[in-house]
Amino acid sequence: MFDYGHFRFESKQALFDKAITFWNPDKTKFWQKAGIDLVIDRREGYCLHDMSGRRLIDLHLNGGTYNLGHRHPELVETLKGALDYFDIGNHWFPSVARAALAESLIKVSPGMKYAVFAPGGAEAVDIAIKSARYATKRRKIVSIIKGYHGHSGLSVATGDDRFTKIFLSDQPETFIQVPFNDIAAMETALKGNDCAALIMETIPATYGFPIPKDGYLNACKALCEKYGAMYIADEVQTGLMRTGAMWGWQAYGVQPDIMVTAKGLSGGLYPISACLVNEKTGEWLNEDGAAHISTSGGAELGCIVGHKVIEMLLRKETIANVDMVTEFFREGMKEMMERHGDIFTGVRQKGVILGLEFNHPEGAVSVSRALYEHGVWAIFSSLDKRVLQWKPGVLLTARLCQEILDRFDAAMPRARELLRSADKVN
Amino acid sequence: MSEALLKVPDAALEQARMMLDRARWGATRFQKLDSATTQRIVNAVAAAAHGKAQHYAEWAVRETGMGVVAHKRMKNEACSKGLAETYSGENFVSPRIDEAKKIVELPRPAGVIFALIPVTNPVATVYFKTLLALMTRNAIILSPHPGAKACCADAARMLADAAKAAGAPDGVIQVLEEPNIPLIEKLIADERIDLIVATGGPSVVKAAYRSGNPAYGVGPGNAPVLVDDTADIKLAAKRIVTSKAFDNSILCTNESAALAFTSIAESLLAAMKAEGAHICTAEETQKLRQLLFTENGFNVGMIGRDGSVIAKEAGFAAPDARILVTPVDLVQPEEKLVREKLCPVLAFARVSNIDQAISAARSMMRNSGAGHSAAIHSRNETNIMAFAAALPALRMAVNAGCSLGASGYETNLGPSMTIGTGFAGGSSLSENLTPQHLMQYSRIAYNKDASETFGRFAGLDPLNLPKAARPAASLVVSNPETDELRRELRKIILEELNAVLAA
Repeated sequence: MFDYGHFRFESKQALFDKAITFWNPDKTKFWQKAGIDLVIDRREGYCLHDMSGRRLIDLHLNGGTYNLGHRHPELVETLKGALDYFDIGNHWFPSVARAALAESLIKVSPGMKYAVFAPGGAEAVDIAIKSARYATKRRKIVSIIKGYHGHSGLSVATGDDRFTKIFLSDQPETFIQVPFNDIAAMETALKGNDCAALIMETIPATYGFPIPKDGYLNACKALCEKYGAMYIADEVQTGLMRTGAMWGWQAYGVQPDIMVTAKGLSGGLYPISACLVNEKTGEWLNEDGAAHISTSGGAELGCIVGHKVIEMLLRKETIANVDMVTEFFREGMKEMMERHGDIFTGVRQKGVILGLEFNHPEGAVSVSRALYEHGVWAIFSSLDKRVLQWKPGVLLTARLCQEILDRFDAAMPRARELLRSADKVN
Repeated sequence: MSEALLKVPDAALEQARMMLDRARWGATRFQKLDSATTQRIVNAVAAAAHGKAQHYAEWAVRETGMGVVAHKRMKNEACSKGLAETYSGENFVSPRIDEAKKIVELPRPAGVIFALIPVTNPVATVYFKTLLALMTRNAIILSPHPGAKACCADAARMLADAAKAAGAPDGVIQVLEEPNIPLIEKLIADERIDLIVATGGPSVVKAAYRSGNPAYGVGPGNAPVLVDDTADIKLAAKRIVTSKAFDNSILCTNESAALAFTSIAESLLAAMKAEGAHICTAEETQKLRQLLFTENGFNVGMIGRDGSVIAKEAGFAAPDARILVTPVDLVQPEEKLVREKLCPVLAFARVSNIDQAISAARSMMRNSGAGHSAAIHSRNETNIMAFAAALPALRMAVNAGCSLGASGYETNLGPSMTIGTGFAGGSSLSENLTPQHLMQYSRIAYNKDASETFGRFAGLDPLNLPKAARPAASLVVSNPETDELRRELRKIILEELNAVLAA
């Protein structure tokens, strides 16, 4: 019996049944088929506990939502303190929490002028696109094939067919897609002088973190300038110190006109995201500040958590830790590749963002499952199943890192076994 | 500032906890460095510390108002290059092989050391504990006394920079910039700490032992010094006055009370006077008693002050006094002047023979100073042995000043700023703290039966072992036709690989 006070479940199976009946049958069944029977129960630090009580080290982090860990005590205390005083607030009025978070975001984002808040990444991307259209008076938006920016009206149109066609939400006339790392294709898309913006994940996450070629992002930005388009940096997964700098674009030396941050800004506790705009793209905030409205965008509780998140990320100890984790997995994965080079063939890495490449077309699916059986939760890239997303948190400790690597090593024979049987089925 | 409207987390504590994680990374990486690299880091840090000895001596006196610049400089030098030289021939990094016992010992550094730094010897203790930690490949977090936080923090940053430049991993030297008692009490209980080394007042030491973490805490001193009728009186007087004047008695090993055989007492007083001691009248002695001991214990404002300043505060003049000698009749705890005094005031009492000397010394150490230090000036081995055997002191300096003798700078004890007071003094440490105390060993132990021969471990470096040839793991779907070919190929590749690895 799992008694949560508000509701009770007889067993884990009872939960599966209800999830299938009332919530999402396909998603529920998908994971069961994949051998991942996870229902996250307790959680703390970088660990999850399944309803069965099994502990899993979280290297998925929901794309960096749990960048600082699950329920970080300092963030929990921050939110609890805030709940004694604040609520979501009223978006119509200036607020201390929104002003404070906006100031701290702008201070760490050179070139940016205002922060516009939203409850999640997709809505923040919509604001980014609207701001670019406002500034350029153009409609077309260029994005990367296999890029990912969310599921709301405008953001979903930038993404993969899988998420648009089923809802008749594709808009191929105004949303152009080009291959990643292909500068000629980018120029072809932009040279008509009719694009409002290029939107770019600094390292495309859902695509498995292919690393931009040297100079690629800078060249894209130069093309934007040449053809009058705004450069939107989607920093949802690459921001908040995950590349070793506060924002990924800083690590690559590319100055965006607009940028978006979400996920980790919430501390995993209270949803909040932000679209930061420069002077030109933020001019609408002088002309008609109520042109975009969001009741829970910039909820004051989220602002207070976000403010604390930024404070924690700027500590010298955090910055040192990112470097240590980065170095650890650089060395550690090199060693793992030496040991398991028959299946594990490559590593893409920038800071604590890693994509592990396997030589089997669905290699990462089997590895993910083998790791799951060995107490580590890391998800494959849904748009490139050769690649396992490997997303350690910025505060991971030396001990947990070593444990992760030991578990990874121990899981490889099982991964081989799963790959073998996958081949037999095929 | 008024009280905040929102309840907020203690950011200073949270940040300090992050320092523990950073230290763990540092320690983990440090343990992968070899002996030569470790030595290079130690030497570089010692040299940097030595170069700033005068700078921090001045700063410490300025900030704390305690001690003497020239003496602090000496301590800073002794605790930098001095330490590096003392231990230059020792190796705390490589395995030790005992062929006879068929045992190999592999060094295990403590890991993350939390070091409490006293206000009395701030920078010297920062130097001392940091160098010991580096010699043994530990990470150290320094927690200075709030009264000396600025000089300590600056010194720690300087040492950290020097360590980093010499190749030490990030995070092996860190300092709490804004220490306070509640913060430290919470922090030392954190299980991420491997070892606490607490030098400071009894409350700090007790807190360290209460924390639940392994700890070395050391109790307070209260050293008696005996001068018997076989001593070289002039030399004894000179050594006692010099030791008592050293850094204005701020070392916990300083002489608290001199016990003189009656037969030589007058000549000893005269000799001490000739060395610059001011021998107090009964009236002056009473004034000092009142000044130094308040209802709340020792008057901390007088710690480490000049003798002339203390005399002035007490209400009499002793303008050139190096130390103030206060003759007392009673050597029992109720005579306040025979308690610990971290200032250049020395109680003085006559004893008729060694037995009386022992009872007097034991009496004064009954309430404070157990397990700490004592000194004797004598040529009589029986007296020396009797005094040492009867006293609850764990070290006795012979014919040397106690300040620098018991602390190992003028004797062959381990030179130390942390003096173990043993079980008698509420401590798990009985010796002067040395590098060995900051590490342990893992032991490879062979069957002692003679038929089982001991392996050849000489030349094997646990940090750099030859890679074992691994059977090549491979993902091959079985196919009888190609299996033979694959086996052949694999064999060739393996041989190639092994040849490369062996090269």
